[in-house]
Amino acid sequence: MPSLCRDCLIPFNAGRRCPSCGSPLVVSDPELFDLSIAHMDCDAFYASVEKRDNPELADKPVIIGGGKRGVVSTACYVARIRGVKSAMPMFKALDLCPDAVVVKPRMSVYAEVSREIRAMMDDLTPAIEPLSLDEAFLDLSGTQKLHGAPPAVMLAGLVKRMKDELGLTGSIGLSHNKFLAKVASDLDKPRGFSVISRQETAGFLENKPVRLIWGIGPAAQTSLEKVGIRTFSDLLRWDQTALSERFGSMGYRLWHLARGQDKRRVSNNEPMKSISNETTFFEDTNNPDILDGHLWRMAEKVADRAKAKGLAGRVVTLKLKRANHAVLTRRVSLRDATQMADTLYRTARALFDQVGDQGLYRLLGCGLSDLCPEDEADKSGDLLDPNAAKRSEAERATDAIRKRFGSDAIIKGRTLR
Amino acid sequence: MKISIERGTLLKAVSQAQSVVERRNTIPILANVLIEAEGDSVQFRATDLDIEVVDKAPAQVERAGATTVAATTLHEIVRKLPDGALVTLTADGATGRLTVEAGRSNFSLATLPREDFPVMASSEYQSNFTAPAGMLRRLFDKSKFAISTEETRYYLNGVYLHVTDADGGKVLRAVATDGHRLARIDAELPAGSAEMPGVIVPRKTVGELRKLLDDDEMDIAVSVSETKVRFATPDITLTSKVIDGTFPDYTRVIPQGNTRRLEVDASEFAQAVDRVATVSSERSRAVKLQLEEDRLILSVNAPDSGAAEEELAVAYGDERLEIGFNAKYLLEIASQVDRENAVFMFNSAGDPTLMREGNDQSAVYVVMPMRV
Repeated sequence: MPSLCRDCLIPFNAGRRCPSCGSPLVVSDPELFDLSIAHMDCDAFYASVEKRDNPELADKPVIIGGGKRGVVSTACYVARIRGVKSAMPMFKALDLCPDAVVVKPRMSVYAEVSREIRAMMDDLTPAIEPLSLDEAFLDLSGTQKLHGAPPAVMLAGLVKRMKDELGLTGSIGLSHNKFLAKVASDLDKPRGFSVISRQETAGFLENKPVRLIWGIGPAAQTSLEKVGIRTFSDLLRWDQTALSERFGSMGYRLWHLARGQDKRRVSNNEPMKSISNETTFFEDTNNPDILDGHLWRMAEKVADRAKAKGLAGRVVTLKLKRANHAVLTRRVSLRDATQMADTLYRTARALFDQVGDQGLYRLLGCGLSDLCPEDEADKSGDLLDPNAAKRSEAERATDAIRKRFGSDAIIKGRTLR
Repeated sequence: MKISIERGTLLKAVSQAQSVVERRNTIPILANVLIEAEGDSVQFRATDLDIEVVDKAPAQVERAGATTVAATTLHEIVRKLPDGALVTLTADGATGRLTVEAGRSNFSLATLPREDFPVMASSEYQSNFTAPAGMLRRLFDKSKFAISTEETRYYLNGVYLHVTDADGGKVLRAVATDGHRLARIDAELPAGSAEMPGVIVPRKTVGELRKLLDDDEMDIAVSVSETKVRFATPDITLTSKVIDGTFPDYTRVIPQGNTRRLEVDASEFAQAVDRVATVSSERSRAVKLQLEEDRLILSVNAPDSGAAEEELAVAYGDERLEIGFNAKYLLEIASQVDRENAVFMFNSAGDPTLMREGNDQSAVYVVMPMRV
């Protein structure tokens, strides 16, 4: 069976260890050298970066996340053994693992490391679709001639390079489409290299639960369970029209995924649909001044991202989560698309005033959707708000100052609330 | 209750009622019209809790009484009956049905008890006066296009009707704006209206009111309080809550210092705008106006679809100016002009522009330019 040593990158034909270096890090599959769609996922990315930069943390359980009220964004593998998971509330994580070192995320550092990884991926293929800072799809179809080696070898080389040059490990899933590649990368973490071949696809999926599918969360799971769909084999019993009728476009997708089919291309040109940001407070609050401060910060973050991408949006959404976790959302369409923090804030603030005081809130978010290019935005002023033009100029000037002197060079007083 | 009524009379009364009824509504009784028969007339009453309309029609009342029935169903039935038919409505207390008979047609409709029907509380009106229908029609027709639909600025979701000082003394004024355009329409102050409190008449009320104003010569009885407004003809009474909010100070929005004057035939202008806007992108609809001496070039440049240009001979004597507008807004204000030329007063490409008909100060429009 075609095999590959992940340490010395030498292909060979069967055996549990590498015949040349004796390493046990071997991957084997009949289709190993024929598959070309991959998903690369860094192992406990934020935590690994922190451990790399601070060797004292190496053997300690490390949790990345903000404060007592926040949630875990990443836990290192030591902490994971104790039951800590991402997205878990911090107090729960600290119950499970009281000796954990909690580190505040340093997003700019992670972004920089992510760029270095991205540069390494660029050497492999132009068809890269980043999903976040630490994971991406890669399509290496047709690159064998160019590299003089099959995709599997190049991918093993990529993670090896990441380890050697950046001190970080990652896991690879290799298959014949995105869905299966993503599933595969998760099978053998950390430092994994898993393959789901065409031949094994049906057998592999057979008794797997449908929650394996990215995008099937608890709500979708419940509605699927209502009609008796729990596993992939349950799905196979449904015909395409029945699934589509019951679940709409998701049904159509499910029918294909049940058969291990996924035609989506690996592409980084997927148009962005919305930009949003939200924050969970350290303490539940109904203090309008504090909420207003958060609202401004969220609006500014969303506007910053929109400006960075050259986008603007016509629909403004406000999201609030009450102390009992009930979520309230309000949205409104603007006549003129915007990318300005000021407009976004004022619109979201009007929505907030409509919602009124509904007790304590634990989370606030704001978003921009129905996106369009920035040159179609903020074209007309408001008769009733003659100062809007001035504020807009001030915002552009602020942006220019920050670009030159850093993001803290100039801030609004309300940011400090 | 048992009445006989001519189909045409019934249709008119019922259609007024059913248009007030909200289509989507969760309270069953609000979908109904209250029919009350007494003496030699019948009254149809409908409400959405914000607006109430009462329509009185002559009828042959055989047995006085009252009931409520689904407004849209009754309207549909009456609409489909042949012209000139005599319609008999009979409420049967025992079965709780209303029978509608005309010629060989016979319908039996479910009813709800009249006691459940919410009747709008009557209130004290501070001001009562009469105004000719034609005058009210002008005030609302020329301003309603500028009413805002933004729910976050609910105080703009109507026409601000109030008494104010103008150059020639006190006037009755209607103002509407959505922040992008504004309409300010003045009318001669009707006798007895000077003490009228300013009220914001909601969009839906403006639409319903319009149906009362077709006859130029008809006198409309107007009653105004801080919370309600009432318009009445001898047959129809429309009562509406007003928007509980403060209309913004619009006076500072109306530009005073605009000096660049463009005079143009309104319909020629509107047609040209409409033509060039054909290629503009569905969403922005931006039209550029380039003004030179006695020449106006209208153009649209939409990278995705194409470009268009048209030249108009106009009266313009100031320095060159380039300014952009939403084509829809230009068309709306241009269509308000019906007697004389449209006069535009510009300042700069970033400032609000004023438009009026000739030198008539009684109807003034302001429109915000857009970047092109």
